[in-house]
This record gives sequence, C-alpha cells and structure tokens, in this order.
Amino acid sequence: MALHLETRVQPGAAASRPGPPPRFRLTRLDMKASPYLYIAPFFVLFGVFGAYPLAYTLWVSLHDWDLLAEDHPFVGLDNYTKLMGDADFWHSVVNTLGIFVISTVPQLLLALWIANLLNRQLRARTFFRMGILIPNITSTAAVAIVFGQLFSREFGLINWTLDLVGIDAIDWRANRLASWVAVSTMVDWRWTGYNALIFLAAMQAIPRDLYESAAIDGANAFRQFWSITVPMLRPTIIFCVIVSTIGGLQLFTEPLLFNSGTNPIRGGPSRESQTMTMYMFENAFAPNFNFGYGSAVAWMLFALIAIVAIVNVVLIRRLSRGGR
Amino acid sequence: MRLWSGTRLTYAALVLAVLMSAFPIYWMFVVATRSSDAMGEVPPPVTPGGNLPGNVDRLLSNADAHFLTGMLNSAIVAGCVTVSVVFFSSLAGFAFAKLRFRGANALLLVIIATMMVPTQLGVIPLYMLMTKLDWNDELQAVIVPALVTGFGVFMMRQYASQAVSSELIEAARVDGCTTFRIFWSVVAPALRPAAAVLGLLTFMTTWNDFLWPYAVLNDPENPTVQLSLRALSNGYYQDMSQVFTGTAIATLPLLLVFIIFGRQIIGGIMEGAVKA
Repeated sequence: MALHLETRVQPGAAASRPGPPPRFRLTRLDMKASPYLYIAPFFVLFGVFGAYPLAYTLWVSLHDWDLLAEDHPFVGLDNYTKLMGDADFWHSVVNTLGIFVISTVPQLLLALWIANLLNRQLRARTFFRMGILIPNITSTAAVAIVFGQLFSREFGLINWTLDLVGIDAIDWRANRLASWVAVSTMVDWRWTGYNALIFLAAMQAIPRDLYESAAIDGANAFRQFWSITVPMLRPTIIFCVIVSTIGGLQLFTEPLLFNSGTNPIRGGPSRESQTMTMYMFENAFAPNFNFGYGSAVAWMLFALIAIVAIVNVVLIRRLSRGGR
Repeated sequence: MRLWSGTRLTYAALVLAVLMSAFPIYWMFVVATRSSDAMGEVPPPVTPGGNLPGNVDRLLSNADAHFLTGMLNSAIVAGCVTVSVVFFSSLAGFAFAKLRFRGANALLLVIIATMMVPTQLGVIPLYMLMTKLDWNDELQAVIVPALVTGFGVFMMRQYASQAVSSELIEAARVDGCTTFRIFWSVVAPALRPAAAVLGLLTFMTTWNDFLWPYAVLNDPENPTVQLSLRALSNGYYQDMSQVFTGTAIATLPLLLVFIIFGRQIIGGIMEGAVKA
C-alpha cells in the first residue's frame, strides 16, 4: 500500500526550455495552465460541497442555531456541554460502537477466511468472486427492507429457522442487543465479499516461495497463514479497518429502514438501534430542526471516528507484530 | 503443490458463501412474484409464484411511492453524476500522471486525504447551502455535490501513469497538439478500460445513495428510487409483496449491469486494492 508519488519527468520538457519563440507563447501558456485547469473542477466542487460544509459544521455547532429563529447567537461550547449530559446522545454512542464491533470484527475475519479459500487453484473462479460480491451491488435501502422482513418477529424466515432448531422467536426490534445483531447482519452481508476480494488481491501479491520454504521447514497451513499471510497483509488489513471504521461509525440507512413504521429516526420505540448519525438527523432535521445541536453531534462523531481509527491501527500493528 | 489446489471442503465452503450471498436477493424476487398474503404462509415460500404483473400494477399505482418518478429521477441523477465523475477524473488523473506542474505531489496527497474524510458529517451546512441556492427538493441538489470524487481522480491517475505512453504524448506535442487535444485523442482512448470500471462503480454508488437524498429531497412527489422504497416500506399498512416488487425492480438494473460487466468490476476493485 505504499503510495507511488514520484513526479513524472517529461522527456520533452527540458528540450523546450531555451528561448521561447513567439509562436510557442500560446503553447507555453497551455503547458503551464492546463494541469491546474484540469484538476480545478475537483478542488472547486469538493471545496464548496465537501470541505466547506464539514468545516462550517464546527462553526454552526458553536451557535444556538434554529432553522426557524431569526438570529442565531454564538454560545461557545454550550451545545457540547449539553451533549455531555444528554442520556439519549450517550445511548446512541453505545449503540453505534456496539453495532460497529458486532459488524466489523466478524466481517473482516470472515472476509480473510473467504479470501484464503479463493486464493487457490479453483474452477469457476469468476463465478465464486461474482457470487460473493453480489450483496455489495444491492442498494442499502433494499438490503434493509429485505432483512427487515427476514428479521420480522411474526413471519420472518430467521425466527422460523430458529424455531426449527427449537429456539423461541426473538423480537428483533424490541431487544437492544438483538436489534444490534440484526443491523450488523445487514452490514456483514453487504461488505464481507467486497473485503474478501480486497484481501484476495493482496494475498495474490505475496511471493509463493515464502510459503514453499515455510512448508519445507514443516509449517502447517494454519501456521503459514498466521505467520506469513497475516503479517504480509498488514497494510491491507489496516486499510480495510480504517475504511470500515469510517463507514461503520456513520451507519444510518440500515437501522433507519430496519425500524420502518415504528418511529424510524429514533431507531425503534426506545431507541434500541439509534446510531449517532440518526441522532444527528433527529436533532438537525425533522422534528427538531436544531442545526447547532445537530452539528455538535456531527463533530463528536467526527472525533470518535478519528479516535477509533487510530486505536485500531495501533492495535493491529501490535497484534500482527506479535504474530510474527 | 497440494496446498494451493482447492479441496472439496474449499468448494463446499465457497458454495455456501455464494448461497448466503445470493439468497436474500433470490428471496426478494420470490416474494415479488407472490400474492400479498404469502408472507404469512408456513412454511415460508421459497419458489416464485405468478403474481408479478399484479404486484407491479399495484406498485405503479401506489400514491405514496411515486415509483416511476423515482426510477426516472435516479436514472437522471446517476447518469449525470457518472458522466461527470468519469470525465473530470480522467482529466485530473491525466494531469497528475503525465503533466508536470508545481505542487503536483502535495495536491495529489490532498486528494487521497479527501477519500478518508467523512463528508457525510457536513450534511447540515450542505442543507443550509441548498436552501440558500433554492435547490431543496430539486435534483441538482443531489447531482452537483457528487460531480467529482477523490476516489475517481486517484483511480484514473494510477491507471493513466501505467497505461498511457509518454512517448505518444510527446509525439503529439511535437505535432503541435494542444494539451486538451492530446487528452482527447491520445489519452482518453487509452483510459477507456479504467473509465468503464469507474463509470460502473459510480453509477451503482449513486443509484444506491440514500442519506443525502433523504435529507434534501423532502417533496414526496419528487423522490429518487431509494426514497420511493423508503416511502413504500414506511406505510402504515405493509403489503410486503408490493414492497419487494419495488426493491426487486430497483435492484434489477444493477443486477443486469453486474451480470454483464461483473468480471471488469471485480478486476477494478482488486486492482485498486493492490495499488492503493
């Protein structure tokens, strides 16, 4: 995952330097200005619709900013102080972290295992790869609706299957932990195959003679996986963990649609699966329209993402060093 | 070497993984072809029925969903965004890979960093901005912020630096081509394979996007298809076969794209992983 950022030197660039004849003046302007012109659309559009709103969120969070109010006075850290004592906010933080752990850990382990299976001489390789990627092309809304039905209390296939093996029906929406599991299942289902392909790509880049010499030394398949594959995959694992952290902590659509019909933005009757992004929405848009408070939630989430990402990276560094 | 050949167990596990991946989608199509009381049946239905036409009729006449408008709007949004992302990413990718300019490395790093920024957290000011522009409830509110992506620029830059020959660019320059002419006639054709993959990925992501359209398109009569699905599933009385007909139809275009171009999409994802 090293970034290749070497500057490309154009062979002709040096040759055109001495003495600019007049007819080349336009060409020189073209050569000088064109690169900036070509990258400008990204920076302008990202600046206006990406970076500026994110930064401005911080500014808004320092104000008592109501959609309907005439003016919005500066209140310093008041919104944040209020958040600290807001039980519903902390409830959403715990939900977010709980769902994040249940969804990310099994997902990445499973992806690693599937990638290991795919990294062999197989017939119908494309079929298997496409098969596990199918969930990823389905829309989150569709996934949430279908799984919402699978996890339905009365007629859901999952409760029906559980009943076959003698387990009582679970009310997936009314129990906090159960709702976390249900929401995490949607996330796992959608992203495991995608991450498996990323891991597979990295596995194929590991030189095979490493395994051959390990086999000669008598290392079995598991030992080879743990001592060669995992350490060699470390940058990719870190990459996947960071991406999953950024995505997983911002979870919104799955729990929202999972709770369709029963106060969706609150994540169920007693906020069983309300994530931080949902709490931000509940405050900033309907029904409260309190932009200032919602923005404070957004920045707390931003901080949480940064902290979790850093903790994860440190942990994985430690762990995979231990495995060596 | 025996280690590298797939055993029966390998195949069994992979078949299971594929079945688990495909089942919810298969089941979605099953319910979409059943009557509205299918959900109460014991055991639950697992084979298609003959009720699809009736379900489609009811879906299209559903007054809350505006399903056809949703499909059309999503096609417009995803189409515009795809064309724009592919064009601007190719242009910027070409500049970063093949043109020399001051600050290129630093600017490229900024673009990579933007891929890690959770811009979704800026929805509140973005919403305020749209209100100011009077774009609320309008499709451009969803299109314009999505016209460029850092991922696209980075992907095209990686591809351009290995797939476009610098000699060819030089030759075109000697012939007196302007930089844009070079891009259009020499670079763009060479970028086509990567552009296709980027286009497919962008189209799918945009078609499936939910959070921002949900925030800014509040007029129930002008939804994207994902918002139509949400309206369907949020109704007081839930007719699941009708809801699933909606999710099935909304998924169908992507499924077709995936069946036709799956190999390229997988190649794009895996190549991106190695290079990133």
